Amino acid sequence: MTKSTLTRRGVIKTGAYAGAGLALPTIFTSRARAFTNAPSGNTVTFGFNVPQTGPYADEGLDELRAQELAVEHLNGMGDGGMLNTFSSKALDGTGILGKQVEYVTGDTQTKSDAARASAKAMIEKDGVVMINGGSSSGVAVAVQGLCQEAGIIFMAGLTHSNDTTGKDRKKNGFRHFFNAYMSGAALAPVLEKAYGTDRRAYHLTADYTWGYTQQESIQASTEAIGWETVNNVLTPVGAGDFSSYIAPVLNSGADVLVLNHYGGDMINSITQAVQFGLRDKQVNGKQFEIVVPLYSELMAEGAGDNIKGVYGSMNWNWQLSDPGTKAFVKSFGEKYGRPPSNSAHTCYVQTLLYADAVARAGSFDPCAVAEALEGFEFDGMGNGPVLYRAEDHQCFKDVLVMKGKDNPSTKYDILEIVEVTPVDHVTYPPDHPMFGGAEATLGQCNNGA
Amino acid sequence: MDAIILQILNGLDKGSAYALIALGLTLIFGTLGVVNFAHGALFMIGAFCAVTMQRLLSLSYEEIDPTRTDFLGNPLKVEVPYVEHWFGPDLGGAIIDWSVPLGILLAIPVMIGLGFAMERGLIKHFYKRPHADQILVTFGLAIVLQEIIKYFFGANPIQTGAPAAFSGSFDFGTLLGFDPNVIIYPYWRMVYFLFSLVIIGGVFAFLQFTTFGMVVRAGMADRETVGLLGIDIDRRFTLMFGLAAAVAGLAGVMYTPILAPNYHMGMDFLVLSFVVVVVGGMGSLPGAVLAGFMLGILQSFASMNEVKSLIPGIDQVIIYLVAIVILLTRPRGLMGRKGVMED
Repeated sequence: MTKSTLTRRGVIKTGAYAGAGLALPTIFTSRARAFTNAPSGNTVTFGFNVPQTGPYADEGLDELRAQELAVEHLNGMGDGGMLNTFSSKALDGTGILGKQVEYVTGDTQTKSDAARASAKAMIEKDGVVMINGGSSSGVAVAVQGLCQEAGIIFMAGLTHSNDTTGKDRKKNGFRHFFNAYMSGAALAPVLEKAYGTDRRAYHLTADYTWGYTQQESIQASTEAIGWETVNNVLTPVGAGDFSSYIAPVLNSGADVLVLNHYGGDMINSITQAVQFGLRDKQVNGKQFEIVVPLYSELMAEGAGDNIKGVYGSMNWNWQLSDPGTKAFVKSFGEKYGRPPSNSAHTCYVQTLLYADAVARAGSFDPCAVAEALEGFEFDGMGNGPVLYRAEDHQCFKDVLVMKGKDNPSTKYDILEIVEVTPVDHVTYPPDHPMFGGAEATLGQCNNGA
Repeated sequence: MDAIILQILNGLDKGSAYALIALGLTLIFGTLGVVNFAHGALFMIGAFCAVTMQRLLSLSYEEIDPTRTDFLGNPLKVEVPYVEHWFGPDLGGAIIDWSVPLGILLAIPVMIGLGFAMERGLIKHFYKRPHADQILVTFGLAIVLQEIIKYFFGANPIQTGAPAAFSGSFDFGTLLGFDPNVIIYPYWRMVYFLFSLVIIGGVFAFLQFTTFGMVVRAGMADRETVGLLGIDIDRRFTLMFGLAAAVAGLAGVMYTPILAPNYHMGMDFLVLSFVVVVVGGMGSLPGAVLAGFMLGILQSFASMNEVKSLIPGIDQVIIYLVAIVILLTRPRGLMGRKGVMED
């Protein structure tokens, strides 16, 4: 009979030594690495994470078009687009810091888990240094968190929730697109002028982060001009038939319906509201009106005649007449045969802004890039002078108030710009209560080292 | 009171769609014994028949209008539909305007053809396999059909309006003595409700009063005996599959003005329609229709603010709650018969 020499204590000791031994090399390698996915060789890879399937797929497709165009322009192909009008001249069309730009794409499916999975794959497998794109705030907040943990830069696409640069702001995340607060601030004076101060509003709100913050923002800004909020009803995303939510509006005493919906949901809800005769109705001696706080060209195209005369807001529109817009619309229009949407614009601009920040910082290190973007002031990108605010990584610029055109001449000409609200009217302090208050911080920069 | 009437009306159109889809599901289940998870996709394909009809009628050629310019400053290319070119702007415009009802003409042959192809080409091979296999293969087929539609039509919903004559809404309240503008119901939803009644009536009459229907009903009750009598029951069941597909397709065509069709609308309706079939009683046609309308109306009620404030989120789960209660109290569903799917 042999006696086993194994003791519990012995096993633990051996395990601890072996574990420490195995871990040692990785400690050294992670110290040796300067930052996540530092590009070697003569190329650098961007990750474009957009909805290629699901309800926002058309927005995603338009973002991809713009991102492809941006990469072309960075590599010196095409006519250069907004690189010719951009106020910073750090980029010269020879790639970034001598490296040619390549890209990979992921499909967010407009689902947070799928978006995180595709972003993770691009970071770990394809070695991307930056992720750009997306068409939903739920997705943006999730991917921004992932990029922060992984130590790369997130240049948000279309995300309008206050939370993205509010309570969920991150040191590695940047947003060029405007937000719900800005929509409310820009819309309220126009609504006051058009519909007066004595109005009763009924809100239908998409049941997720973007819906909540937009509803809160619009309610606050309309109540500030004297409107009353009759009710706010949360509706499931992708509900399809909104008629059972719209029918109660008829007898609620409200004379304005605010649709805090986006994409396919907005197309359905506004169409059904018009079918139920809301726009032909007289309530409290006034004409019943509908407001869609966040507009997009693709949504307007889908909703057709139903949006005639309906007010909303946008980050940018191809009908602006500044040189930057003209240059971008020309390159995009000649390549794809259609004007770009505002989600395409924001993704194009974000890609160029990232590249420019790398060129100015002289490094792909995310912390250096973040520093170059913070407090950066620029012009020539279609929105007039813009500031990337250091405290919350939100861009501050003019906001467009739009209206559905009564007599569109072409299928792209369905919205008209009624007012360009100056940036001063939509600026708020970084510790505004709607943006997480004083507790909201960017945290520490993470470069993955 | 007015709010209650409004929600009943509201539930009718959704209930109509549930009833029509569930009717087809029950027909297929009762005759072929197949659980067809591709039935929602058939509803969706029907809706896209209306979209296709609209696209076909709006086929255009380009004319250069030198007086106007496009967004790049080039002379504007104006699209003139061929129909307007051939029949003049008035008649041509009216034809395009009526593209949804005209979509029925396209949907009937397409859906019957698709139904035959599905049954002969795929489902036939799964008659003797367990229900789980049938569910998997038809579910897979539904995904394939969805992706095909997405490839051709994109992912966003496509607006397909009702004819201008039906675009307004009807003031139902004044008929019942309420103030004007209190109970409003869109004309097209009324058309849809009446349309579904006609289709349901037609299917019942067909099964009740024709020899073909009699054989099918006999086959539903006892397939083997009917076969022993020398009747080719399989061929008749294939025809029933085509008929069920056509019913789902027509339900889809006429639903497009109510809900802009997109590629996954079928899945949204499929799950609820299965619940409808189960609540109505497996294999019971009247049960499917009754449960369809009942659940449609219940769902409308659950979306009322008063109800939602009492039980938040009830609008999302009401149908399943009702299904649980009914299955606990009446395990065979409302009108289910003994012996169906119990072997």
